[in-house]
Amino acid sequence: MIDIKDLHKSYQVGKNKLHVLKGINFHVEEGELVAIMGSSGSGKSTLLNILGILDEADEGSYHLDGTEIKNLTEKTAARYRNKFLGFIFQSFNLINYKSALDNVALPLFYQGMSGKERTARANDYLERVGLSDWATHLPNELSGGQKQRVAIARAMASHPKVLLADELTGALDSQTSYEIMDLIQKINDEGKTILVVTHEPDIAQMTKRIVNLKDGIIIDDKKIEQQKALANV
Amino acid sequence: MFNKDKWSEILESLTANPFRTVLTAFGVFWGIFILVLLLAAGNGLENGVRQGFSGIATNSMFMWSQTISKPYKGLPKGRRYNFETEDVQAVKDNVDGLKYVLPRNRLGGWGGANNVVRGLQTGAYTVNGDYPDIINQEPMDILEGRFINQNDIEERRKVAVIGKGVRDGLYKINEDIIGTYIKIQGVNFMVVGMYKKKSGMGRDAQEAQNTIFVPFTAFSQAFNTGDRVGWMAVTAKDGYSITNLKSEVFSVIKKRHKISPEDDRAIGNFDLYEQFKKISGLFTALNIVAYFVGILVLLSGVIGISNIMLITVKERTKEIGVRRALGATPWQIRGQVLLESIVLTLVSGMAGIAFASGLLAIVNSILPSASEADAEVMFLNPSVELSVIVTAMFILLFSGLLAGFIPAQNAIRIKPVDALRTE
Repeated sequence: MIDIKDLHKSYQVGKNKLHVLKGINFHVEEGELVAIMGSSGSGKSTLLNILGILDEADEGSYHLDGTEIKNLTEKTAARYRNKFLGFIFQSFNLINYKSALDNVALPLFYQGMSGKERTARANDYLERVGLSDWATHLPNELSGGQKQRVAIARAMASHPKVLLADELTGALDSQTSYEIMDLIQKINDEGKTILVVTHEPDIAQMTKRIVNLKDGIIIDDKKIEQQKALANV
Repeated sequence: MFNKDKWSEILESLTANPFRTVLTAFGVFWGIFILVLLLAAGNGLENGVRQGFSGIATNSMFMWSQTISKPYKGLPKGRRYNFETEDVQAVKDNVDGLKYVLPRNRLGGWGGANNVVRGLQTGAYTVNGDYPDIINQEPMDILEGRFINQNDIEERRKVAVIGKGVRDGLYKINEDIIGTYIKIQGVNFMVVGMYKKKSGMGRDAQEAQNTIFVPFTAFSQAFNTGDRVGWMAVTAKDGYSITNLKSEVFSVIKKRHKISPEDDRAIGNFDLYEQFKKISGLFTALNIVAYFVGILVLLSGVIGISNIMLITVKERTKEIGVRRALGATPWQIRGQVLLESIVLTLVSGMAGIAFASGLLAIVNSILPSASEADAEVMFLNPSVELSVIVTAMFILLFSGLLAGFIPAQNAIRIKPVDALRTE
């Protein structure tokens, strides 16, 4: 599903060049649930940005579901993001003047789907995350956990190939975090490929594979025994 | 592009902060309000003044003889001469494109001594010896009886058409005037009609109603002016400009009276068309000033919108980033910002136009309408034409685009990455 070969990325900071990613080789199969770990400055966010087609690598190749991601125009990048990827953010990033339903429907709007179809599918996904009763509520009327569920529903709505979650439990207490992780595990069990960036070891333990990043290279990449989130609730 | 979702998106983001939206919109509202009012005021003034000109054949001039200022053919300067009745025919025969060449002689007027007597009443009035066609050049309404006609001219009938002011001065209220006699400098004239002039202003307007018209030929005979012609009113045909024909007319006169062709002072003239053009030019200038001021005020409103859109884009950095991460193309983002600013500009602009039109309607209902307006009104029917409204809408559309352009560019410069990394 994801195939990265010898990926390099550096940033210009003042007069100095900051080499962030120093040759990443990384492969993800369909249906995997991967945690990317690393301390700050390890390059994990940069990697996620490149995976999310929000940033482009200087060197190396990146294939997403067999499509090479290289030298894209802004328009194609937008289309690929919409088609291939679902984003889940630490701070939820819901649009605060739109109802939960409209938030979920937003990526479908950018797909050019008709209004009726959109509402139907958005409702469907809200139900899957257990929030169909909250469809008309604005984000500020929802709890943190509920917001993240809406965000997950939004990420799923466009039927992406890969879900990218950036510290998705970072703003939640551990009880809610586990509930959210349970949802993530369930979605993964249905066959969706999910990448989670986190620095919390207990969250990482709930995935199936942990990739450790340090100073721009992968120092450790191992499959683990998945811990069910429900056990901790 | 113009689907329902797009509009609900725009409506949502505009109503997200209604107070600010209204305050921002007020700038444009005010700008277009001022623009429409200024244009309407200019228009009202123009209508008022044009009303003063209404009916006058503007393509005409008056000319009279003056002292000759250059020696010519052995004749000294300082000579005086008069136009003669043959001059009229000569001008008619030698200059193409003239509609009327009307000689006129005049007695009294402009604060002169009493010259007209009727019974015990006396008055000082202007007495014009004229041809019937003069009514086409200086239109007047015949309130009673008739105007002088060609038979009067040919038979040198001593008849008179008096102004409303003359009637008020010499007759009792409700007294019958037709068939009565008035004595002009000792000569009896029979009153055959009464007129009221359509135009004129101030003292002119008063004077205009205080004139007595008699046939030119009768005038010459009664007051011993012989062949002399005091002045001529010359009107050009439609499609000819009197200003261009003027010199031709003058050279005919100069040749007949042995005046040097270079003598510009020998013939005095008052070119109505030139005056009219000057006034038209004034209104063009007024219009330009109105547009200039109005558009500048509008511009400050537009800058206000641009400013707020910049702030909005800044505030919504995160939202725009999220939208792009969810698959919005740069053009969708740009389009949204542009449409937002256009909608804001157009809606507030239309409100401004509507409000200004409402105000004009009120002003118009207070001001006298054209039909009942006296000649004294300088301000008439202030209004804007539909074309002006359409122009205003285009200006609005353009300024909306202008206002949204920089914010929209800013919006697409936001990288989706910025949304991911917020804290």
